[in-house]
Amino acid sequence: MVKFYINIQNDTSEPKTELQNMADSFKTQETMSGRRRFLITVTSVAGTVAGAAVATPFVMSMLPSERAKAAGAPVEVDLSSLEPGMLLLVEWRGKVVWILNRTPEMLATLTKLDGQVSDPKSEKPQQPAYAQNESRSIKPSILVVEGVCTHLGCSPVFRKDIAPADLGADWLGGFFCPCHGSKFDLAGRVYKSVPAPTNLVVPPHTYLSDNLLLIGADRKESA
Amino acid sequence: MRTIAYILLAAFLAPVVAHASSEEARLDRAPIQRTDTLSLQRGAQAFANYCLTCHSTEYMRYNRLRDLGLNENQISDNLIFTGQKVGELMTVAMRKKDAKQWFGVIPPDLSVIARSRGPDWLYTYLRQFYRDETTATGWNNLLFDKVAMPHALYQLQGIQSVSVRTEDDGHGGTHEVKELKLDTPGTLSRIEYDQYVADLVNYLVYVGEPAATKRTQLGIIVMLFLFVMLGLTYALKHEYWKDIH
Amino acid sequence: MSKRLDSMLEWVDARFPLTSNWKAHLTEYYAPKNFNFWYYFGSLAMLVLVNQLLTGIFLTMNYKPDASLAFSSVEYIMRDVNFGWLIRYMHSTGASMFFVVVYLHMFRGMMYGSYRKPRELLWLIGMGIFFILMMLAFTGYILPWGQMSYWGAQVIISMVGAIPVVGDTLSSWILGDFMLSDAALNRFFAYHVVTLPIVLVILVIVHVLALHEVGSNNPDGIEIKAHKDPVSHIPVDGIPFHPYYSVKDIFGVIMFLIVFCGIIFFAPEMGGYFLEYNNFVPANTLQTPDHIAPVWYFTPYYSMLRAVTVNFLWIDAKLWGIILMGGSVAIFALLPWLDRSPVKSIRYKGPYFKIALTLFVISVLVLGWLGTKSPTPLYTLLAQIFTVIYFAFFILMPWYSKIDKTKPEPTRVR
Repeated sequence: MVKFYINIQNDTSEPKTELQNMADSFKTQETMSGRRRFLITVTSVAGTVAGAAVATPFVMSMLPSERAKAAGAPVEVDLSSLEPGMLLLVEWRGKVVWILNRTPEMLATLTKLDGQVSDPKSEKPQQPAYAQNESRSIKPSILVVEGVCTHLGCSPVFRKDIAPADLGADWLGGFFCPCHGSKFDLAGRVYKSVPAPTNLVVPPHTYLSDNLLLIGADRKESA
Repeated sequence: MRTIAYILLAAFLAPVVAHASSEEARLDRAPIQRTDTLSLQRGAQAFANYCLTCHSTEYMRYNRLRDLGLNENQISDNLIFTGQKVGELMTVAMRKKDAKQWFGVIPPDLSVIARSRGPDWLYTYLRQFYRDETTATGWNNLLFDKVAMPHALYQLQGIQSVSVRTEDDGHGGTHEVKELKLDTPGTLSRIEYDQYVADLVNYLVYVGEPAATKRTQLGIIVMLFLFVMLGLTYALKHEYWKDIH
Repeated sequence: MSKRLDSMLEWVDARFPLTSNWKAHLTEYYAPKNFNFWYYFGSLAMLVLVNQLLTGIFLTMNYKPDASLAFSSVEYIMRDVNFGWLIRYMHSTGASMFFVVVYLHMFRGMMYGSYRKPRELLWLIGMGIFFILMMLAFTGYILPWGQMSYWGAQVIISMVGAIPVVGDTLSSWILGDFMLSDAALNRFFAYHVVTLPIVLVILVIVHVLALHEVGSNNPDGIEIKAHKDPVSHIPVDGIPFHPYYSVKDIFGVIMFLIVFCGIIFFAPEMGGYFLEYNNFVPANTLQTPDHIAPVWYFTPYYSMLRAVTVNFLWIDAKLWGIILMGGSVAIFALLPWLDRSPVKSIRYKGPYFKIALTLFVISVLVLGWLGTKSPTPLYTLLAQIFTVIYFAFFILMPWYSKIDKTKPEPTRVR
């Protein structure tokens, strides 16, 4: 009446391994019929697809929510009171963004340092295309850069004093990371032989008007 | 034995049916269609114009209204009067303490009002305000007696009054029937006003569960897949159970 | 390839009993070959348990167990979290479907005498699972902190206060406050997501181990172990669980998922029974809703709670109601010793048992329906009548099961 296990029992031709026994448990007969094999394959494939489909909403639910996206929305900054030489700190997506109004003297230091920084022409993609220039900015005087060290995420300190005792006589002003000693110039370009590998990141930004800066978007979404 | 069960069940279900119908008879059916985007857009406009000054929908973000076929500029230009950003929640500027003083109660948040009251209740409620000099606001409502909210839409609907009439109930007794009469017409005709309220209710139903449309769309795909799986697993089961006699 | 896998398996088997457990619980667990529709619900309960654990973990990622934030965090999940609505509906629908499946699973046991010797302990463990499940449902229902969450919990906790002498102290110990508040919400959250699920999972494992020790009952209510093959010592009417019942249960799973997904995607509120309308109103400690009713799976017990309206034997009506309600759940545990019938299955039991079981089912349904209604004198009378029928099913069982006219059991399953 129930033949399957007797078949397995009487099979003495070759001792079976445990794995084969496990596999046999799906066959129940010496040879699995083509139909049975086909159905198992199709159901397994469909089951895998279903499993992936079920996993999707769970994985997706861990992405930033609408609230996080809203909190990460572009930030508008009024620059009218930003005097030359002054640094403004703005928060965008929980990170500090520096806005530095560089004086002509400050800008002049950049070319002098071309030899000392590791990526003088900003060839690595650390900035939008419109900021890949000598001053790493849209307006030459206004530097917009994330104040997050590209080494391990500390926030560097703005050191505009020239040739201080701790940074040496060559220091022309820039940013110094107190965590691991990385140095950046006044365009956020990284010095050679410091732990940080790349220039500071220039976030997407645009000018809504002469003095109104929008951080976080390339240009105002047109209707 | 089965018969007994059926008789018993019928006996006990009868009052349910009777009870349910008497309760629902007071409500007018809201003529709404969740997929009608234009109605939802009109409803959103009505909500922003007349409700959002006092009632928040503080679990809803303005930019979610892209669901209704609007883009962010349209949302901020037409629906935001408070200078908020499109990503922000639809809150009200009015402070809760002030509101309590003005209305006696804090106007409730309306994010899920359609889920607790139901669309028919809202549709009936918004059309049954009448003038009542005995209340603090000068307004009363046939469905919600002594409601604290004044009739925010009276310029559109006009001013109604209520009259009480005694009617024979057909079983030898009498009961009171309250009837509404439009005394002063508003800027909308009766049909236009009903449509206006329907749009508003439609919008509130949407706000109650913004994911509902996506839910049913996804549901259809899932159900189709499951029916395919049903056939497959049945065939598989049948194939294996051929062994068993 | 196969050789390598074999040697890996050997490596594992030398260190962990993988193959032997695989055999003991799947390929060489012999289940009666005559399982019918009613035998799907055990594996389905397991499926719903997995669903609740998985969706529950993801809900805790965004839920806030704080009286001022709980309600809005649920709406945050429904709107702002990607697919949060789906995860939440899977959990809320899963809660109700857990009870649907478990009630049908218990009814199966009552029909076919699955509680009888040698499965008394298996039945008791199952009762433990049922009790923990009720605690989970109760603590979980509080978490959205809507009106029904608040007032439902208020009613249940007030019952503790009815216990003589220690009641008040006990209820403030449970609540951590003199009223239902943030403190209670916070601790019920802890029970709901940590304590109770751990206990539930352990009990389910113990339930399955106990089942696999004594073997499954079947619709004929006879022991398949009584007839073994003389050579292999395998029950002649048994078939390996895997692959026969695994493929069958997968088919059952798909049938269940069609119902389950139908509700999730097309009627997640289930007409106010799975998600009550009043629970879309944030908890208001000053105002009780016009009508409060527990979720559908608790309504039969709730009816019995309200049914007692007279003081009796030095105990007041309130406490009697609580005793009856607790008793109506606890009395299931006595079934193995109340049933004196010579046969297990309803197939061979006589008319008395059949009538008794039918009346019992009707009384559960009617009490369940009454529990959703506001009490009126007529409804209270009905609740009293059906409460008596409910208890009579158990209390009179030793008598009617013994004198009942049974049919002879077959020796082999049909």
